[in-house]
Amino acid sequence: MTVSRSDVRPIRTEAEVVAARQAVRSWAVEMKFSLIDQTKLVTAASELARNALNYGGGGQMRMEILERSPRQGLRLTFEDQGPGIADVEQALRDGFTTGSGMGLGLGGSRRLVDEFEIHSAPGEGTRVTVVKWR
Amino acid sequence: MERIPILKMGRFLLVTIQVDMHDQLALALQDDLTSQIARTGARGVLIDISSLEIVDSFIGRVLANIASMSRILDAETVVVGMQPAVAITLVELGLSLPGVRTALNVERGMELLHASLRAAELEEYDGGGEEDDAFGGHDGLS
Repeated sequence: MTVSRSDVRPIRTEAEVVAARQAVRSWAVEMKFSLIDQTKLVTAASELARNALNYGGGGQMRMEILERSPRQGLRLTFEDQGPGIADVEQALRDGFTTGSGMGLGLGGSRRLVDEFEIHSAPGEGTRVTVVKWR
Repeated sequence: MERIPILKMGRFLLVTIQVDMHDQLALALQDDLTSQIARTGARGVLIDISSLEIVDSFIGRVLANIASMSRILDAETVVVGMQPAVAITLVELGLSLPGVRTALNVERGMELLHASLRAAELEEYDGGGEEDDAFGGHDGLS
């Protein structure tokens, strides 16, 4: 599996969250994802970017196009240097929130993608990686 | 600050969301709509989201908040024009927009608001007073 293209977007303001999801949309369109899969990817990106901003104090999103012939995938990695998550299993459960959201961000976005990985520990920030294949 | 415009048409307020909203903009719309309902005495709110390419959990929550706040202020809210891909994604995300009425397009949404207003007025007339309605049961057509 190779990475044929990559880019990094900052997520430090709400405007950058909007810019990040627009970038995901534009790559997903170029990669010829179906409209439904584009929508799922952009929605997942929006949830994860907001988490990085609101709970992680901001961070970045890495976008990568994966080549695994004959398939192509879009991998998004969200990283922040925030307080981290003590109980990742709990954070993935629907309805769990420490903030103002509905508690669907993590668990919900996991359902919208093909692969989902989260690394987090108190004091070490959070890294969420998602992949969608087409 | 940037704002989503709210139009008044008769006894209804109309909003068409045509930009990719950041979170503060969505919250500002929630505040503006609530104060406009109170100020104008509007009986219905129609929100057209046909240009929205995604509805994530935050926007979903704002729509649900608008619906419950307007209900408390005696106005019915209907959200119209959701794109099919957005609806599919919403359900997988786990969001069912509780308490939010939806219609396929603006025309059907307006019909719903008119019907709901007629029903409410008929009930007010038949009931002959506020006391009958004091404990709810005022849920439009449902």
